[in-house]
Amino acid sequence: MSNVTLTIDGQTVSVPAGTTILQAAQSIGAEIPAICYHEACTPNALCRNCVVEVEGARVLVASCVAQVAANMVVYTRSPRVERSRRTILEMLASAVDLSEAPDIQRMMQEYSADAQRFPQAERREIPLIDDNPMYVRDYSKCILCWRCVQVCADDAQFTFAINFSGRGYETTIGTFFGKPMPATTCVFCGQCVGVCPTGALKPKSEWLLEQGLSIDQVFAATRQERTGAEKRTRTWRRA
Amino acid sequence: MIEADRVVATICPYCGVGCNLQLHLKNDYIYKVTAPFESVVNHGNLCVKGRFGYDFIYHPRRVTTPLIRKTPQQPGSRTQAFDLDEWRVVSWDEALDYTADRLVEIYHRDGADAMAVYLCAKATNEDNYLLQKLFRALFRTNNVDHCTRLCHAGSVVALQQAIGSSAMSNTAAEVIQNDVFIVTGSNTTENHPIIALQMKAAVEKHGAKMIVVDPRRLELVDFAELWLPLKPGTNVPLFTAMAHVIIEEGLVNEKFVAERTEGYAEFVRSVEEFTPEYAEAVCGVDRELIRRAARLYATAERAAIYWGMGISQLSHGTASALSLIHLAFLTGHIGREGTGLNPLRGQNNVQGASDMGAMPFHYPGYMRVDNPENAAKWERAWNVEPGGLNRKLGLTTTEILSHAHPGGVRALYIMGENPMMSEPNLNLTRHHMQQLEFIAAQDLFINESGAFADVFLPAVSWAEKDGTFTNTDRRVQRVRQALPPRGQARPDWQIIRDLAQRIEARLGRSQSAGWQYTHPSEILAEVGRVAPEYAGVTYERLEQQGLQTPVWDARHPGTPYLFSEGFPRGRGKFHPLEFVPAVELPDDEYPFILTTGRVLEHWHGGTLTRHSHLDDLFPEAQAQINPVDAEMLGIRDGLPVRVASRRGQIVLRAAVSEKTSAGVVFIPFHFAEAAANLLTIDALDPQAKIPEFKACAVQVFPAREEELAKPEIRMERGRY
Repeated sequence: MSNVTLTIDGQTVSVPAGTTILQAAQSIGAEIPAICYHEACTPNALCRNCVVEVEGARVLVASCVAQVAANMVVYTRSPRVERSRRTILEMLASAVDLSEAPDIQRMMQEYSADAQRFPQAERREIPLIDDNPMYVRDYSKCILCWRCVQVCADDAQFTFAINFSGRGYETTIGTFFGKPMPATTCVFCGQCVGVCPTGALKPKSEWLLEQGLSIDQVFAATRQERTGAEKRTRTWRRA
Repeated sequence: MIEADRVVATICPYCGVGCNLQLHLKNDYIYKVTAPFESVVNHGNLCVKGRFGYDFIYHPRRVTTPLIRKTPQQPGSRTQAFDLDEWRVVSWDEALDYTADRLVEIYHRDGADAMAVYLCAKATNEDNYLLQKLFRALFRTNNVDHCTRLCHAGSVVALQQAIGSSAMSNTAAEVIQNDVFIVTGSNTTENHPIIALQMKAAVEKHGAKMIVVDPRRLELVDFAELWLPLKPGTNVPLFTAMAHVIIEEGLVNEKFVAERTEGYAEFVRSVEEFTPEYAEAVCGVDRELIRRAARLYATAERAAIYWGMGISQLSHGTASALSLIHLAFLTGHIGREGTGLNPLRGQNNVQGASDMGAMPFHYPGYMRVDNPENAAKWERAWNVEPGGLNRKLGLTTTEILSHAHPGGVRALYIMGENPMMSEPNLNLTRHHMQQLEFIAAQDLFINESGAFADVFLPAVSWAEKDGTFTNTDRRVQRVRQALPPRGQARPDWQIIRDLAQRIEARLGRSQSAGWQYTHPSEILAEVGRVAPEYAGVTYERLEQQGLQTPVWDARHPGTPYLFSEGFPRGRGKFHPLEFVPAVELPDDEYPFILTTGRVLEHWHGGTLTRHSHLDDLFPEAQAQINPVDAEMLGIRDGLPVRVASRRGQIVLRAAVSEKTSAGVVFIPFHFAEAAANLLTIDALDPQAKIPEFKACAVQVFPAREEELAKPEIRMERGRY
């Protein structure tokens, strides 16, 4: 495959055609901050935090999906880029609980983002869903990066148990018809938990430990002991 | 948000894929498990067991003190003791002295043939090496086997006969380089979940075509180009008919056959009768499907075969595997990247345990015990007088129990196995267990087999010890201790070392076989000094990444795929085959074929997973029945059924679905309260001695709710 030469932040770079701007920048050590992007997932340019300025382009370009072109001139930290990233982070912080998203918090510091910039914003407060023995879903922490949906689909598992549901502000990640997880095609591989960047998805044992339970209590809570005398019907209710 | 005290890199203890793990610990509790995305094995992916299935470590019923039975057990009338009240808590010294006394007493009285041991494909290479060394060097017996006998023995024997080696020839990740691949007798989605992901990606993203040959409509069928739903136990006619088509249509790789194989002319004559029409009649698969599958496989640039227990767990398991090997020989689809023959090994360390000589026919490194040169090598390594090691082939797993009678096997040491769940025809197994004079169990829980023991030695889980596992693609990987042993439990290698020292002292041997180990790395180094495949495998090298055996010396990089130059036996050997049907065929009285297997959420006899919240996700046994049969029997989904064979019967709920073909009932064997192996037949493959788990005749009737062992449990799940 032929190489393409371009300029990133004043440096000349030569990379194979088809490389994304993000990868090209990484190759010269220019770190572009990205939230929804994950090396194991197909990039979708959803969070827009990886935008860069390309000379001649009308709008900022999402570097996770945009491929390099010959003689492209890219700025990864121009004032326009910085303002855009800062605003995105401030809007995220206005509505979503980012307390367990250390990477995003670091970015907010780096870009001097003000978490209180939009005090009137309505916060996304969604009850935690505890509908299975393996993991909990706390969508108050969800930034809709889509990584979980992708690994559940054809980026890893080919199980297709979850997807976006709702529109606009009401958008959440959910199961089809809002079924409890055990009633879906979910195989509880936890690929989704593995790529969640904000702690919206976490193992139930971790969540219970956070609630202050001892290890023995966690054990008892995650596993209903079955004895001969105990009567129990296994039905899963929506939380 | 919890800050981990430490994150420990290790290897998953469940299946043979060997996924890399990171255990996140807080106060010695594994609260989270992640997988490194840069891992060549699993690329950040895990399955439900690998990610969530470790709470058994902390289970209150786990035994963490040595125990001795209160009531002395007599051969012929042994009983099971699940309740701790029936056991006396003792010190390690008392437990080990007692075990050594009893074993030595029986050895002195009845000799080497009275001694037997089950090793463990869950335990590390080091644990297995040490225990077979104990029984071979001290008790001079080759009655050493493990559960490979129950899973891939047919494949191992076939590969040894035809090729001279018995492992996957490829790296699992090579599946994306296949143009065509056959998956047969393997529900890869549930039993090797991470390899199944790579298979699906191969089809969906890399343009490969998959052929599924299986009596069940597995999830993989959704991704397959062709599905050949054969009747259980008819592999030989089906694959030999494919060979027939390949020869008839001139699709043979003549150059490969001429240069790399032998016995071709005779083989060609033997396949004449195996026409697709004949196969259709026997296997129930459309002749055109057989032809298309043969053409697709033979004309591919790069093709491979992946198989599981559906091939090997038959009374003709060896012949089944040979019928697959022939396809690779005819087409030359072996010895190049993206081509090959791949038995998917079940347990995390079944490859390693086999490599370590946990078999009655081989020392570590597959050196035959009846070859005097091999024996001499190990006599030198273990300071045994020349001629001291037993040259006689030992008994296999199933034979050990069937020889449990006066004059036969008297003492059985069980490390981590559960024959009372995993052997065929459990009523007979129970009878055999009762006949033993002494049983020692080394495990985490008192399972159905440990309950028969005289002494219980509490071992640790994989997270509480150091060692190595060798996965299905021959990759030796480092298992690291993440937390201290619970209670007084001890690492297996330490238990065996301390026991061996006591036994050796009692036997009064003039020279010690060497039991002064302070770390498992010293044990692996000892293996490498004699077994050439492990010569270059050292703990230092394993720190960074696993090594694929054979690793011939300290600088050898390992071997991603085998047989590029030649086969270990020289030329690949064709073996003309005959079709031998399953021993017990359906008839008017027992009209259904029972086939057994596993489900995603559980592991084998259930010692671990049924002590985990995995059991909450999949709490009950189910009999999968095709809707056509269900209609005929008046059975609806979720209703109880009685399934009976000539050997036993169980009651469990029916799962009516097209996942199984008409005439075939599928039952997983994890559930003690409805143990599928009460029904299975103890017929063995004559060469490999593997039982016929995959086909026996049963009858099915509606049953009453109250006949269920646990009628209060009713699982509702949406997964396929």
